[in-house]
Amino acid sequence: MYYLKLIWTFFRIGVLNEMAYRVNFYVQLLQSLLSLGTAIAGLAIVFSHTDTLGGWRAVDILALLGVFMFVGGVIGMVINPSMSQLMDDVLRGLFDYTLIKPCDAQFLASISQIRLWRITDILLGAGVLIAALIYRGLDIGPREALAFAFVLCTGGSIIYSFWLMLATLTFWFLRIENILHIFQSMYEAGRWPIGIYPHWLRYILTFLVPVAFAITVPAEALSGRLTPESLITSGLLCVFLVVFSRWFWKRGLKNYSGASA
Amino acid sequence: MLEQFQYRAAMAIWMIGRIIEPIIYLTVWTTVAHARGGSVGAYSPADFAAYYIVLMLVNQFTFSWIMHIYDFRIRQGELSNFLLKPIHPIHADIAENIAYKVMTAVIIFPTAILLFFLFEPNLAFHIQTFAVFLLALGLAFFMRFFIEWPLALVAFWTTRNEAINQMYFTLGLFLSGRIAPIDLLPGAIQTLADALPFRWAIAFPVELMLGRLSQEQIWNGFTMQAIWLLAGFLLIQLTWRSGVKKYSAVGS
Repeated sequence: MYYLKLIWTFFRIGVLNEMAYRVNFYVQLLQSLLSLGTAIAGLAIVFSHTDTLGGWRAVDILALLGVFMFVGGVIGMVINPSMSQLMDDVLRGLFDYTLIKPCDAQFLASISQIRLWRITDILLGAGVLIAALIYRGLDIGPREALAFAFVLCTGGSIIYSFWLMLATLTFWFLRIENILHIFQSMYEAGRWPIGIYPHWLRYILTFLVPVAFAITVPAEALSGRLTPESLITSGLLCVFLVVFSRWFWKRGLKNYSGASA
Repeated sequence: MLEQFQYRAAMAIWMIGRIIEPIIYLTVWTTVAHARGGSVGAYSPADFAAYYIVLMLVNQFTFSWIMHIYDFRIRQGELSNFLLKPIHPIHADIAENIAYKVMTAVIIFPTAILLFFLFEPNLAFHIQTFAVFLLALGLAFFMRFFIEWPLALVAFWTTRNEAINQMYFTLGLFLSGRIAPIDLLPGAIQTLADALPFRWAIAFPVELMLGRLSQEQIWNGFTMQAIWLLAGFLLIQLTWRSGVKKYSAVGS
């Protein structure tokens, strides 16, 4: 309950901050629409030469695009800004102030920054996803919907844990904000189903930079091609990474001596 | 050069996007080609591999980041330092860019060789074609620079360029042949690609290297490059003079 209240407070601060720059909302909306238009035009070009791509129909890829934008929006709204802030704080010694608060530091650091306007990506992504489902005639049953919700949550947690681990590295190596850029670049590969990539790249996108679990696997659940193995792997990897990143975070904290002290 | 050398790791990391993107579209088109029983248009999977590996190199050697930094330079007043120097600031920008390209060659060439083995492209090497390709590549570099530089200077009037940059990059993605070879685009878009500079900066050198162009098309390509080079040069003169006047009013 206490944590929910804190989340709400941070969200409100984020809203207040962004309300000062309302024009940015339109800039962000324009950017989101432009990237959506680009993606759809790209799809149109590819599918003007074929009917299926690695077994995926155009409408399935559209649903995948919805998941891609949605997850990308969540990362851009909360995870990326908060983790960048954390790195910056550690570098400048301001992280002391997070530590002295009577609350779990990992939790505080994870929600410290909220870029509200990135919500346009989340809404557009959800819109595209729903539009694709309606176009297919809402052919998913409660089982698929439940599986989708499950793998989307586990996939999201996997991505979060992964970022947390990257950000935690900052306790040892101060200047690593560029590492986040690797992730950003690899994330782009997620707008197509992972299955089409060559083996080595698929392996990287599944385990080294776990884009597969956040985007392809949930989209698979929606188009009824989710195998029980992926479902179980996603769940297990989620539990493992959440626990491991937590442990890694604690190790990192021990290493933090404070730049100011 | 020394300046670039300080940020070796960052340099490599920022290149990943330019390496990943061609691999993504190479894979997509290879998948499409296989689904259609071997080829799309005049491209087989091996042709796509050759196309995208060369495209990665051309893009790496011709791109500039000038549009990203100029609005910052102008907003922060950093430009004043450049104005004090007795030469036109574009010289420093070009020199810096070439230094970066030389430095990053040690990353991009091994990457290209690695991709060569992974994707087995259909790429024949003729020394004449290569010589003409180098000429087209050089022209493409200056052409992109001369067009992006005045666009960057629009920041004199707007101070925030993000929207313009985004439009430019989106257009470039389609019209320079990065999403798909120009031949595979719908007819209307191909006409648009002919008229704008993007195609001549990237797709033209790439297709030239692959030996896909006729004599006539090659001449046509060089003519378009020359026209855009000249247009860019005139634009620079125009925007720089009136821009600096505007700046002195804001800066001091």
